[in-house]
Amino acid sequence: MIKGNYKMNPLGKAILQFWRSSIGRKIVVALTGVLLVLFLFGHVAGNLLIFQGREAMNSYAQFLHEMLHGQGVWIARIGLLVAFVLHIWATISLTRENKEARNARYACDNTVQASRSSRIMIWSGLTVLAFVIFHIFHFTIRVDPDLANLPDTAYAAENPGESRHDVYAMVIKGFQNPLVVLFYIVGITLLCSHLSHGVASLFQTLGLRSRKTSGFETKLSWAVAIALWIGFLSIPFAVMVGALKNKPGGGHAEVAPPSGAPVAIADIHEG
Amino acid sequence: MNLTLKVWRQKNPDDHGRIETYEAKDIPEECSFLEMLDIVNERIITEGGDPIHFDHDCREGICGTCSLTINGIPHSKERGITACQVHMRKFRDGDTIWIEPFRARAFPIVRDLVVDRTAFDRIIAAGGYISVRTGSAQDANALPVSKDDADASFDAAACIGCGACVAACKNASAMLFVGAKASHLNHLPQGQPEKDRRVLAMVRQMDAEGFGNCTNQYECEAVCPKSISADVIAKLNRDYAIAVAKEATTAS
Ligand code: HEM
Ligand code: FES
Repeated sequence: MIKGNYKMNPLGKAILQFWRSSIGRKIVVALTGVLLVLFLFGHVAGNLLIFQGREAMNSYAQFLHEMLHGQGVWIARIGLLVAFVLHIWATISLTRENKEARNARYACDNTVQASRSSRIMIWSGLTVLAFVIFHIFHFTIRVDPDLANLPDTAYAAENPGESRHDVYAMVIKGFQNPLVVLFYIVGITLLCSHLSHGVASLFQTLGLRSRKTSGFETKLSWAVAIALWIGFLSIPFAVMVGALKNKPGGGHAEVAPPSGAPVAIADIHEG
Repeated sequence: MNLTLKVWRQKNPDDHGRIETYEAKDIPEECSFLEMLDIVNERIITEGGDPIHFDHDCREGICGTCSLTINGIPHSKERGITACQVHMRKFRDGDTIWIEPFRARAFPIVRDLVVDRTAFDRIIAAGGYISVRTGSAQDANALPVSKDDADASFDAAACIGCGACVAACKNASAMLFVGAKASHLNHLPQGQPEKDRRVLAMVRQMDAEGFGNCTNQYECEAVCPKSISADVIAKLNRDYAIAVAKEATTAS
């Protein structure tokens, strides 16, 4: 860290001091937490379009990628990445300090009212981190060629010369693998455990909670956790029970994929 | 009643320390927890042993000196009282009772169950006071204080600085103590001139002492013998954010 006597710009000094302080870092955790929760709501709302069918889902994905001439998605990604990194950096450093501060454990350890979720925040958080990394490789970068090469054939037929990714088919295909679904369930469940404590907690960190309002914050926290759990997991669940199927065309006429594009949809019909 | 005590024994700050077992026989049900320890100690002394060291002073729940973690909960599982106010009738014949010191890096063990809580004194010295021109007392109604502020300040002022909040916190955080001491003054007109400086100085001293960070689990308010609410922590967070923002924008 910065040592020595040279004169530092006062604003820089204030920011550094804020970051180093316990409450300062906690406020960073809370503010980045708010941003991430808002993102999750946007994300789940977009995902649920899958129940409206291929056209709705793929148009939405196309819109995200073409927003602000294709820059919008990058602005969002960079913003999220910064929030995520700050959140993780701050929480890991806080957690390490906390372990040091209670350097000796009680031989008879007891807990009066701290919830289980509140006590595993670092573990639920790190699982979410692992899940997010997997999720990005799976559906964003698409390292699996079977998921990468999925042109939206109906769209290509209607818009000659254009192409877009068939996100609808990719999601349904991605959830054919039970191990993927299992990791998805574990990741989302721990995320919701994280938020069942985190949402109420951020009100306290930002100084907005009091004894009078604490009932509201606890309920809101659970409502957020349960709504996101149902929203995110409804999709793999619907795929597993066969409610969501990758029927070709999705209401459009079935067309042959443009020559040269690998045929990837055919092999998962009813399979 | 007959009890088995599992007591933390530690000769000095450098000793590793260990749990030792004592059979406490024929303890009168009507005696207090500390009196029970007195009886055990007298027997230890009679047998030529080294008595169990523990802190106590008023023995009526007002000084904040007693500092025992009883069965893993500072001041025992009884709510809103100090260890010295716990009575043996709350236990059952044949119980095993674990007695440990308040544990925190910022509260080093001096001996057995006695810990050094001077970190709290240094936090108070950093800003837990107001500077006033003393002289003749002011007219009682010259400084109006709203009922809500008076109540909030009074509730915070009930803190006896025992350190149970630190001992109960999973992170050994001192936020309930610091929140109480800062709120007590920050709610009142007399506390306003030094409010920002106070909050910054107390929080920075708290961090420097090696206390942990609050994770909003509220173990502190559950064990506080004065039932101080974690509202004081929310207020401390708020006051700190405001003070930092002012400091950053007015720094020259
Ligand atoms: C989408 C992802 C995430 C969301 C929405 C989220 C949300 C939150 C929220 C709202 C809080 C409460 C803030 C407060 O107490 O004021 C929080 C706390 C916390 N988060 Fe996350 N988080 C996410 C990912 C992570 C990750 C990847 C980690 C891994 C290190 C993590 C670790 C923690 C920890 C340890 C806390 C507790 C901090 C404390 O109470 O001092 N979180 N999170
Ligand atoms: S000895 Fe004074 S409060 Fe317990």
